[in-house]
Amino acid sequence: MTTGREARVASLKQISRERILVLDGAMGTTIQDQKLEDADFIGSRFTNHSKDLKGNNDILSLTRPDLIKEIYLGYLEAGADIIETNTFNANAISQIEYDLSDLAYELNAESARLAREAADEMTKKTPEKPRFVTGVLGPTSRTASISPDVNDPGARNVTYDELREAYYEATKALVENGVDLILVETIFDTLNARAALYAVDELLEDMGEDVPIMISGTITDMSGRTLSGQTPEAFWHSVRHVRPFSIGLNCALGPGELRAHIAELARVADTRVSSHPNAGLPNQFGEYEMTPEEMAEHISSWADNGLLNIVGGCCGTRYEHIEAIAKAVEGKKPREIPEFDPLLRLSGLEPFTLPR
Amino acid sequence: MTETARFVNIGERTNVAGSAKFKRLISEGDFDTALEVARDQVENGAQILDINMDDAMLDAEACMVKFLNLIASEPDISRIPIMIDSSKWSVIEAGLKCVQGKPVVNSISLKEGEEQFLEQARKLKRYGAAVVVMAFDSKGQADTEDRKFEICERSYKILTEKIGYPPEDIIFDPNIFAIGTGIEEHDNYAVDFINATRRIRENLPHAHISGGVSNVSFSFRGNDAVREAMHSAFLYHAIRAGMDMGIVNPSQITVYEDIPEELREAVEDVILNRREDATERLLEISDKFKKGGSQKKEADLSWREGSVGDRLTHALVHGIADWVEEDTEEARQQFDKPLEVIEGPLMDGMNVVGDLFGEGKMFLPQVVKSARVMKKAVAYLLPYIEAEKQGKQEAKGKILMATVKGDVHDIGKNIVGVVLQCNNYEVLDLGVMVPSAKILETAKQENVDIIGLSGLITPSLEEMSYISAEMERQGFEVPLLIGGATTSRVHTAVKIDPHYSGPVVHVLDASRAVGVASKLMSKTQKDDYVAQIQEEYQEVAEKHEKKGAGRKQVAIEDARANKLQLDWQNYTPPRPGQLGLMTFDNYDLEELSQYIDWTPFFATWELSGRYPAILEDEKVGETARSLFKDAQEMLKRIIEEKWFRPRAVIGFWAANSVGDDIELYTEENREEVLSHIHTLRQQMDRSGKNRPHLALADYIAPKETGVEDYIGAFAVTTGTEVEKISTELKNNNDDYNAILVQALGDRLAEAFAERMHARVRKEFWGYAPDENLSNEDFIAEKYRGIRPAPGYPACPDHTEKPELFKLLEATERTGIELTEGCAMWPASSVSGYYFAHPDVAYFGVSKIEEDQVRDYAKRKGMSLEDAERWLAPNLAYDPNQRKKKEAA
Repeated sequence: MTTGREARVASLKQISRERILVLDGAMGTTIQDQKLEDADFIGSRFTNHSKDLKGNNDILSLTRPDLIKEIYLGYLEAGADIIETNTFNANAISQIEYDLSDLAYELNAESARLAREAADEMTKKTPEKPRFVTGVLGPTSRTASISPDVNDPGARNVTYDELREAYYEATKALVENGVDLILVETIFDTLNARAALYAVDELLEDMGEDVPIMISGTITDMSGRTLSGQTPEAFWHSVRHVRPFSIGLNCALGPGELRAHIAELARVADTRVSSHPNAGLPNQFGEYEMTPEEMAEHISSWADNGLLNIVGGCCGTRYEHIEAIAKAVEGKKPREIPEFDPLLRLSGLEPFTLPR
Repeated sequence: MTETARFVNIGERTNVAGSAKFKRLISEGDFDTALEVARDQVENGAQILDINMDDAMLDAEACMVKFLNLIASEPDISRIPIMIDSSKWSVIEAGLKCVQGKPVVNSISLKEGEEQFLEQARKLKRYGAAVVVMAFDSKGQADTEDRKFEICERSYKILTEKIGYPPEDIIFDPNIFAIGTGIEEHDNYAVDFINATRRIRENLPHAHISGGVSNVSFSFRGNDAVREAMHSAFLYHAIRAGMDMGIVNPSQITVYEDIPEELREAVEDVILNRREDATERLLEISDKFKKGGSQKKEADLSWREGSVGDRLTHALVHGIADWVEEDTEEARQQFDKPLEVIEGPLMDGMNVVGDLFGEGKMFLPQVVKSARVMKKAVAYLLPYIEAEKQGKQEAKGKILMATVKGDVHDIGKNIVGVVLQCNNYEVLDLGVMVPSAKILETAKQENVDIIGLSGLITPSLEEMSYISAEMERQGFEVPLLIGGATTSRVHTAVKIDPHYSGPVVHVLDASRAVGVASKLMSKTQKDDYVAQIQEEYQEVAEKHEKKGAGRKQVAIEDARANKLQLDWQNYTPPRPGQLGLMTFDNYDLEELSQYIDWTPFFATWELSGRYPAILEDEKVGETARSLFKDAQEMLKRIIEEKWFRPRAVIGFWAANSVGDDIELYTEENREEVLSHIHTLRQQMDRSGKNRPHLALADYIAPKETGVEDYIGAFAVTTGTEVEKISTELKNNNDDYNAILVQALGDRLAEAFAERMHARVRKEFWGYAPDENLSNEDFIAEKYRGIRPAPGYPACPDHTEKPELFKLLEATERTGIELTEGCAMWPASSVSGYYFAHPDVAYFGVSKIEEDQVRDYAKRKGMSLEDAERWLAPNLAYDPNQRKKKEAA
């Protein structure tokens, strides 16, 4: 299944020097728009399942593969260069909630397979614009460095090893089913991400594969820090050891709020910078209201200021948003990747660099 | 010493091998204090925190994990990188799984051969860590310059060439050994280290050098002056050679230039191995420099060097009272008149405080601390001012403040008072439960510029509107300020403003008080401001009226017909273990302190945000932490020194509902009625929502069902001591602690109510014996049963309290008294009922109609007017209109 990856990755790297790459938009929002019923999630396979499955979007890769592929194609047609697999919660830990941890491998495999199909179909249609698949590793539903119990700050409800094992399994399924990249995203606890990166690195060595890694953190609020308290630069120091294909930020904030933090990453990171912001901040009903045009206007100015290498959308973004974003960055130069002296760079919640 | 700028100081007190204190704390399991050790390190400038748990008596892996997990929850510690220090690989790996930042691992080496070294290094690269590599191989620790360099060079090549370890992430520790031991082979150790360092830096690009500095002086234990000089001199030379990190105790070094010439020369002779008799010479003179232990590192006192005005401003802004009297005295000698010190430097300082507060750069608890300093300064000057008979300072204005009759709550009022005083207003505080006549009389006598009224309970609203009418009648014209938790702009606009033709302004919180007061005192702004407020309030009142007219309400018969129908036939109410009363005296404060809900505590200080997140809040976190620390310290004293005497009474009775009333019986045969609880029923339109019109009585089995039901009640207090201590502190000009003790008293009373309710559910009524909730779930009220209090939304009538108190014999058993306004005295008290039905939940009665009020007054045997006065905030109609209609 890995045939062709090497060539695709090489072409992706080449394209990334020429223009800004476009990621897809929200899977969750687009699924929500379909107003699905219980039956869509249950399909014919899970009729006797003990847990309610509605809302388990990842399972739709098995029960409604037609719909998932349609969404992949929708984003590709809107202009996305890279689509993200429908695997945000397809790991043994997040699936505990649905009593479907055993399905983790299959969920990733099927989702990746569908995405590969969709991307290849589009590449055939528009060979001058080849399309790519990035395999998504979400944050899981638990945090390794934050206590679930306010009275016991030392308590944890998941360990590094549990995370590492779950991520290893998910990554294996993704890589074996044709993804071109791995995207560790929506990182609100960097320790989870470090476990994920450990697993990915270990797997790639075990398989003898070289798959570029994209990393995207989440600044949860106006404090400008991740949920686990790190500044963007400290976060970068915590993950840069895997020499990722890109580092970025997604979710939680709209482009207006996110800009300063992206600019910060763009200043300190000696790799590509990505962002897939939400369509603004949610209103009181939890809806995202930023229009494709408004969003494109922000992204266009980011690109003009040389902040971007890769851009897409997160919560609340739809095909129209990606279409507008793709137009907005068309013909614009990607950010030039800076080179830095090799200095000792450590981090706690804040970055530490030992000057020469 | 500019070289130190590039030198990274690694904190080393969190090391069981190096600190006896830390080892004791860890082996005793006192992780809280152990965290303080870490915090001290960071505060004292450590840039990386070394953590070591290697001790034969400890489970090093478990201790490492626990301590790192705890540190993760302490942002002021975990902001800096961690150095995971262990000689055991399993401990290092366990530690790596707990830190989200990029750490340093200390250490690995070629001691066990190349294979193991490589395997560990590969893993470290995968984990994403920098690494300390010891100059150690299978032959042992490197001692000579050549061995040190050779081992480091070999390690460097293996790491960078075989596995691509980033060279900038490699830190060599070429071993600092003790010198001056009297053994000749040791004499050159420091020189070996320094020279090896130079060669490593020159030949192994991007790698770093670290070491444990205190080793070097090991043989001079007991002579701190010599040790400090040795550390500083050693570092001076090693840093020049390229050492860029080190494990150093900051209290064990001195400034190189400060080392006495004679000592420095002797020390450097030893370090640099310059003469054969160097050690003997140093030993000879060492006694001269011996001192009694190293000095403690003191807080930064450089601000003490500024001018007296700068010092006073600094003290005011930072709330430091330690030197304020001597500084004030110095200022007094510089000015002609003591008053000028107040008007000059002190007011200048307070203006800075006021500006910072206005800009949101200082927060209330800090301002209150500033006020404490100011008061201390003023108190110092007062005798001089009196002596000169200069009369009073020209304040911006004189403001009378009072908590109205029937109400005892005054934390908020005290805070407003302090803030106004800080801004140079003269505040006349009449205290709590002040009758209208006294307020108005004093206002006339003292010729005040503004009157401020405060209250927390709902009857106070009615009292405020009464006072405003009285002010009108007596021809007052001064502005009237309204504040307190239950007051609102709407209430002020609708119920107070129309009674009084002078300006009436609702003040939302203390931070607005100064702005409002200054506008009202300003010759140029006052008229515009008053006109603007009046217009705004008229608009609000009109809107309110329209809203009232549009509100759909249902008649009380219809509401009753749609009461909540519970299935009583299939429900057996649990019987409390024992009917009648139970008293608790001197309840364990320690136990109560665990049930404190801290979020409202911060709200008292106008710091908004949920606990514990508020402690990390970007804007107010620092203030919140400092306040929280003060609160914890006081709480500790409250508990240890038994400042308060918490008392409680609870009771259970057989009960059934009869219509909207609840009958309590003397005995379980339910023949003789002991008392009635009168409940009120919702009358809002619920047709669209298909919901019942609730009254608390619905949750007690109706008499006609024959089901044997029960009700409970309680009154708890932290005791009258709270008020006593608070008053004493206030009289000592310590408003900060006065407010703090009140706020803690309130929180402990709430915690007491919460604790008793939990025990009622689990033990005394016992219907939820297995309940096991986290504190979070507690606060979120995820348990069965409620404890509504008269005067609050589910049962808004305060006049149910006297009957409740009679039932509980509350005054005899707990010392809580009821004021004429039905407020509890002391204020740190809580009372209410216990309902146990599984479906019961808190609700609000909201607005009620005349038909229900008439019926209710009849049921209670009170006049319609009395009922209307007490229920004023809940009336859906205007009783004055009713009276007018009836008169016509």
